[in-house]
Amino acid sequence: MAKKPINRQEPETTGHEWDGIEEYNNPLPRWWVWVFYATIVWGLWYVIAYPAWPLINQATAGYKGWSTRANVAAEIEAARAANAEINARLVAADLADIPADPELNTYAVSAGAAVFRTWCAQCHGAGAGGLQAGGYPNLLDNDWLWGGTLEDIHLTVTHGIRNETDPDARWSQMPAFGDMLDSAEIDQVVNYVMSLSGAPQDAAAAEAGAQVYLDNCAVCHGENGEGDITQGAPNLADAIWLYGGDYDTIRETVTNSRFGIMPPMGGADLSEAEIRAVAVYVHQLGGGE
Amino acid sequence: MAILDKHAVLEKNVTLLAIFAFLVVTIGGIVQIAPLFWLENTIEDVEGMRPYSPLELAGREIYIREGCYVCHSQMIRPMRDEVERYGHYSLAAESKYDHPFQWGSKRTGPDLARVGGRYSDDWHVQHLRNPQAMVPESVMPKYGYLERRLIDGKHIGDLMRTHRLVGVPYTDEMIANAQADFRAQADPDADSDGLLARYPKAQARNFDGQPGISETDALIAYMQMLGTLVDFSTFTPAPSR
Repeated sequence: MAKKPINRQEPETTGHEWDGIEEYNNPLPRWWVWVFYATIVWGLWYVIAYPAWPLINQATAGYKGWSTRANVAAEIEAARAANAEINARLVAADLADIPADPELNTYAVSAGAAVFRTWCAQCHGAGAGGLQAGGYPNLLDNDWLWGGTLEDIHLTVTHGIRNETDPDARWSQMPAFGDMLDSAEIDQVVNYVMSLSGAPQDAAAAEAGAQVYLDNCAVCHGENGEGDITQGAPNLADAIWLYGGDYDTIRETVTNSRFGIMPPMGGADLSEAEIRAVAVYVHQLGGGE
Repeated sequence: MAILDKHAVLEKNVTLLAIFAFLVVTIGGIVQIAPLFWLENTIEDVEGMRPYSPLELAGREIYIREGCYVCHSQMIRPMRDEVERYGHYSLAAESKYDHPFQWGSKRTGPDLARVGGRYSDDWHVQHLRNPQAMVPESVMPKYGYLERRLIDGKHIGDLMRTHRLVGVPYTDEMIANAQADFRAQADPDADSDGLLARYPKAQARNFDGQPGISETDALIAYMQMLGTLVDFSTFTPAPSR
């Protein structure tokens, strides 16, 4: 194939010549040159408009006054202002009436879900299913340690349980029966407690344990193991176990007691609106009373 | 352009070329390097910051040794979603005693800049033992063996001296009491007045609930102080930083 004949004017050279090698002096494409000039102009404008040169104490601020900190503060303020009205309604409303108000309820449930994922999910789990290994209660069932009405949940979230930071925290303490009962009695009462909701390991011991239970446990957990929400004493007859329902776990609970702590969320952490929102969220999860 | 033609003079004289090339590089160097001399000035003064207590410092070393920074950042960026999840955005001053800093560059796990006080000690112990027991979706490895590794803080004073060398203001008194403070912070029965005077807001207790000072004790002591030193209820940010 024959090469196409090159038919164009010989371009200008720079005039330099080294050992017969010459250098073309082609102009740069115009579009490139103009883009180049534009970037210089833009660079100068940027330095004037935005924080740029670091000086002795701080960088030049720029005439637009742009600041990351001011931006995030403004963004947070905008979000706060956007929800201010409904948050005020949420705080003003009677807790028990919130679920009946569709607009308020929808808002509280979705805002509460966000609060829950940030502040509660660590212990109660992302799905609120709790965690038996840590003694973190399941919030989906209708078994409540301290009560499952909106008021109860609100109080628990605000002040927490058995913490030392909030004097209004819910408080109760199960004695460690390892010091008060002998090994055989503990075995009996553990078997009896197992018999309340299922099969005991040792039926004879369970029978003997009924008296031990009445003497030591019934005052808080009730004569039939129904529990007492006024002092956070769990229901022992419903086959729902905070720490586990096998023989060894119950024996450990009876011997050394348990002392589950929940931190207070009121005060510095959450606002009243957020607490109400998360209380409504937890209440509607399935077990709310 | 006449001025560009003058460039030919430089191109043809190697001494002149060297002098002017040096000038250009000098200007570039000054622009880039000189501001670093005043880097300290760009860190705003914040009340409450103090050097790490000996036990916290030991915990920090374990944090670094185990590579926690690979999956956990310690840098809350000034963005609404981060501030709402983790708390006030991080300030430069909050890592001024970190050598090296632990900002990290990736979050496989959550940011830990303000993890202090967010969880109970008991939660941390159980979580280190078996993270999946606490957070089923977690991919964090188990660190239960830290509980069984007891530490005595024998070299903690040397470590503090090293940190002083790179600018952390440890006083002679702090270094002299290093080992005593190290023990006092993990012992709820010890007299912690001296510790608290030297390291305000230090939390002294038996972190892992077991006898002896284990690596878990140190690590939890470190985590429980992270982000708790500055009182943000009284902090007003300088607007232009």
